[in-house]
Amino acid sequence: MSEKKRLDLEYSQLDSDRMRINVGPQHPSTHGVLRLEVEVDGEIVTEVVPHLGYLHRSFEKHCESMTYQQIIPYIDRMDYISAMNSEWPYVMALEKMLDIKVPEKVEYLRVIVAELNRIANHQIAVATFGLDAGAFTPFLFYFRDREFIIWILEKLSGARLLYNYFRVGGMAADIYNGFREDCLSVIEKVRKTNAEVMDLLIYNRIFIQRTANVGILTPDVAINYACSGPVLRGSGVAYDLRRNEPYSIYDRFDFDIPVGKGEVGVVGDCWNRNMVRMHEMEQSCRIIEQALEQMPMEGDVKANVPRRIKVPKSEVYMRAENPKGEVGFYVVGNGTDKPERLKARGASFVNLSVIPEISKGYMFADLILILGSIDIVLGEVDR
Amino acid sequence: MLATEIFQRLSSEFGEKVLGLFDQQPSDPAISIAPEAIFDICHTLRDDEEMQFDYLMSLSGLDLGEKLGMVYHLCSMQLGHRIVIKAEVDKANPIVPSVERLWRTADWHERETYDLVGIHFEGHHNMIRILCPYDWEGHPLRKDYQVPEMYHGMKVTY
Repeated sequence: MSEKKRLDLEYSQLDSDRMRINVGPQHPSTHGVLRLEVEVDGEIVTEVVPHLGYLHRSFEKHCESMTYQQIIPYIDRMDYISAMNSEWPYVMALEKMLDIKVPEKVEYLRVIVAELNRIANHQIAVATFGLDAGAFTPFLFYFRDREFIIWILEKLSGARLLYNYFRVGGMAADIYNGFREDCLSVIEKVRKTNAEVMDLLIYNRIFIQRTANVGILTPDVAINYACSGPVLRGSGVAYDLRRNEPYSIYDRFDFDIPVGKGEVGVVGDCWNRNMVRMHEMEQSCRIIEQALEQMPMEGDVKANVPRRIKVPKSEVYMRAENPKGEVGFYVVGNGTDKPERLKARGASFVNLSVIPEISKGYMFADLILILGSIDIVLGEVDR
Repeated sequence: MLATEIFQRLSSEFGEKVLGLFDQQPSDPAISIAPEAIFDICHTLRDDEEMQFDYLMSLSGLDLGEKLGMVYHLCSMQLGHRIVIKAEVDKANPIVPSVERLWRTADWHERETYDLVGIHFEGHHNMIRILCPYDWEGHPLRKDYQVPEMYHGMKVTY
């Protein structure tokens, strides 16, 4: 028997070179084609450098050679998880420039489809966030339920994800028979699953240990980085454009603005950001219920708008509260039927820019959770 | 605070650097300023007690033909008002001061503006492209932009 070798290791003298590794662009946990160049010291993240542009499709350049109506389907492809919401600020900007008043029924229909899409988006966000933390079952629950919402939107617009449903001054199609019943049954399903997921995932001890106190974003940093949506509200800032700068008819509904309260962990960590999304789904359900009650069932869904839209020389920046945050369109008209310039301010693009700031000093495995808790979609980041 | 009040306040402090106020429906009210004074004026806008523009919503660049334009959309979360700040720079020498130190969100917005419109920001810590490949040539949102025929030996299809 050979003598057991003794390892004389002086731990303080171990080589501790920092290592740079690539995460992505082809990796499921980056939620798309995002490449993160990460510098690690052992298992501690010391620097994160995001590299974007793998999904850059020259959206803004293309817009300059298309008419105003032709742009709407392109906008769907920006944030393809919540396309209904993205179309809204764009048509609102054009309606403001052209001074079009949309019918009452359209306003209600827009609120309902946008809130349905918000629920669908948050379902994906919470589901994939659970998946990042290792919980598979809520993912299946939510994808099962999301399909019912998508069916409603498909019956309305004809498409599952890329709707092309909003028009300047109205909607592409009217509601169908049984729309109200469908919405109400979906709300019931959403609430039932949310209650289940609360037990199964949100208050699960393992999940809390993974996500609480991780990736803390303080309110002043969040505002300085112009974060918006659940990322900002998770840090305890009660700022929601539906309430602070009410557009459309959001001033008619009674709903709360959920913020991170630090019930578990501290305000601004991954758990609180995720929890805001859970509460927002419930608030969206409330808005849909009220809208269905108040909505006039009779009437046309199109205002009187010329077939060829010519926007006068003017510039408007219109923003709306999307599931992921503030999405804004800066439209510059030049008197023709094509825009002089169209700039899209994506919520994911701005929210992602805070990643290098909040992921320093955490474990490498936590970086994936922080990224998941921000809820990005690369179509909107790269445009 | 209304756009006219903000304009008066800025003019009294910066004099000739503040060029004019555009307030014409349906456009958003905008204040036009000299490009070299962008940083100082934005600093006042952010830190003044009565203005408190703490939120930079969007920063865009555009090609105006002869010149290049910069547009800053600002909003105050505390006071709930908005303003648009505009500046124009020569195409031959498009350099403007960076506002990255005021609003960290401007970091990526300015990189995007540099990438697509070709405006250089003085004082930005990392002025590289963000959406196009790092070694791409030209700035796509210029009106006279020509799509290159080849990129690293690959044909560029449009």
